[in-house]
Amino acid sequence: MIASRNILDITSVRNDFPILNEVVNGKQLVYFDNAATTQKPKQVLDALAAYYEHSNANIHRGIHHLAEKATASFEDTRRRVQKFINAPLAEQVIFTYGTTDSINLVAQTYGRRFLKEGDEIIISTMEHHSNIVPWQMICEEKGCILKVIPINEDGEILMDEYEKLLTERTKIVSVVHVSNALGTINPVKEIIQKAHAAGAVTFVDGAQSSSHLTIDVQDMDCDFYSMSLHKIYGPTGMGVLYGKKEILDAMPPYRGGGEMIKEVTFAKTTYNELPYKFEAGTPNIADVVAARFALDYVDALGKENIAAHEDDLLKYASEALLDIEGLRIIGNAKDKVSVISFVIDGIHHQDIGVLLDQQGIAVRTGHHCTQPLMQRFGITGTTRASFAVYNTIEEVDRFIAGLQKVKRMLS
Amino acid sequence: MTINEAQDELIEDFELFDEWESKYEYIIDLGKQLPDLSEQYKTEENIIKGCQSLVWLHAYMDGDQLKFEADSNAIIVKGLVNMLVKVLSGHTPEEIAQADIYFMDRIGLHQHLAQTRSNGLAAMLKQMRAYGVAFQARTEAN
Repeated sequence: MIASRNILDITSVRNDFPILNEVVNGKQLVYFDNAATTQKPKQVLDALAAYYEHSNANIHRGIHHLAEKATASFEDTRRRVQKFINAPLAEQVIFTYGTTDSINLVAQTYGRRFLKEGDEIIISTMEHHSNIVPWQMICEEKGCILKVIPINEDGEILMDEYEKLLTERTKIVSVVHVSNALGTINPVKEIIQKAHAAGAVTFVDGAQSSSHLTIDVQDMDCDFYSMSLHKIYGPTGMGVLYGKKEILDAMPPYRGGGEMIKEVTFAKTTYNELPYKFEAGTPNIADVVAARFALDYVDALGKENIAAHEDDLLKYASEALLDIEGLRIIGNAKDKVSVISFVIDGIHHQDIGVLLDQQGIAVRTGHHCTQPLMQRFGITGTTRASFAVYNTIEEVDRFIAGLQKVKRMLS
Repeated sequence: MTINEAQDELIEDFELFDEWESKYEYIIDLGKQLPDLSEQYKTEENIIKGCQSLVWLHAYMDGDQLKFEADSNAIIVKGLVNMLVKVLSGHTPEEIAQADIYFMDRIGLHQHLAQTRSNGLAAMLKQMRAYGVAFQARTEAN
């Protein structure tokens, strides 16, 4: 991949993101909170405005010009996502509010229909709360057991331990592709193979992976994959659930309403086909329409070029951080995306975040919605810097200098 | 010193600083000056649930005055906690329940009372007032 790398013109990339010119506390913004949400390029912002200015209408049932135009744009994004993740059919792409919503959908439909008392669900120690709680809820309802794959000190899944957890009672294996708190890239393909061998279905939480890695759901062979468009330069409030067709077909709908029906009588309602049976009500049309431009943007730059640039930032920042006395990086997996979590001896992460913010530097502090993972490392939280394509070495330098100032002020 | 006099004094102190560093160094100093809360009061029920850092608040009556002792595991929050203690501790429950807290706004620290940053602090202020109301009711009942 590196061999085919094209060096990106980051200055020109930055010009696409108007928000990067914001001045925060008197300094130019350094935005290192990209794992929480990325900023949006003007191509996406323009598409949002253009939708409301020229195409706004409710989709699918209108017969007038605008309704047809809006419906076409909405369905264009579905085909665009299909291509982006290499799904066999567009109807396997279901629009949701985000990854959390996608996981809840599967837990509440697949889970309710197919799980029985004593069945087991496997997740990993590094899951986001959104890949823990929906499973706990269905486990409680159905009397199932949630099992957790342990990780090593570097923040990598222990594959041997995983294999030991797999039994004939394992019905679902749901793991995060890339850890939001550690940056670890999990060997999902291998995890999926082993799960399938045990007869379980697999869910890959792709909230953090879709912006960094090339996603091929057929190659991965996952049964479900989900992503949140706002983490991949797209609008907030929309995400995707991909599923294998025969599984999606077998799943009952879980939200009732308009759009998801075929025919309604007071005696009986029949349901619409995929993907509409899971898309009750008026969807988030404008954001879905604009999301296509985010995926176009990413593909125009090239995922491998984005990854190479982010990797440069990761390596540079990781080395520079080690010069700071008392600093410890949490998460040193061999395969990592551009996320660095760290703690500094004797300093609370919140103090670090407040003082960096005063210098115009946005990072995330806290448990990153991964409290069990924090407990695994015996900490209450970390400071996390996460990089995107528009970040620069100069910004990393400002971050390191800012951190040194924080250390001086707090010691 | 009345509650408002204490607030005005803090506002005056902060007027000396024109840079964020000196302002925050002062807050950090205030955090270091606040004595650690005795372990016996660092109980689950004295914890003010904040977003990221822990804040403990212990309240007790001393004569007709309601007094506060508090602590936090993050130093900036502890500095801010110290300010709230300086302003509110040692007044009657009635005065505390009715106090108008304006100093955070005036010294440009209002974001610390905002929801995302540390609702622990906003929750602490609310709890201090609640103690005021509770002790006031108790005093009146006696």
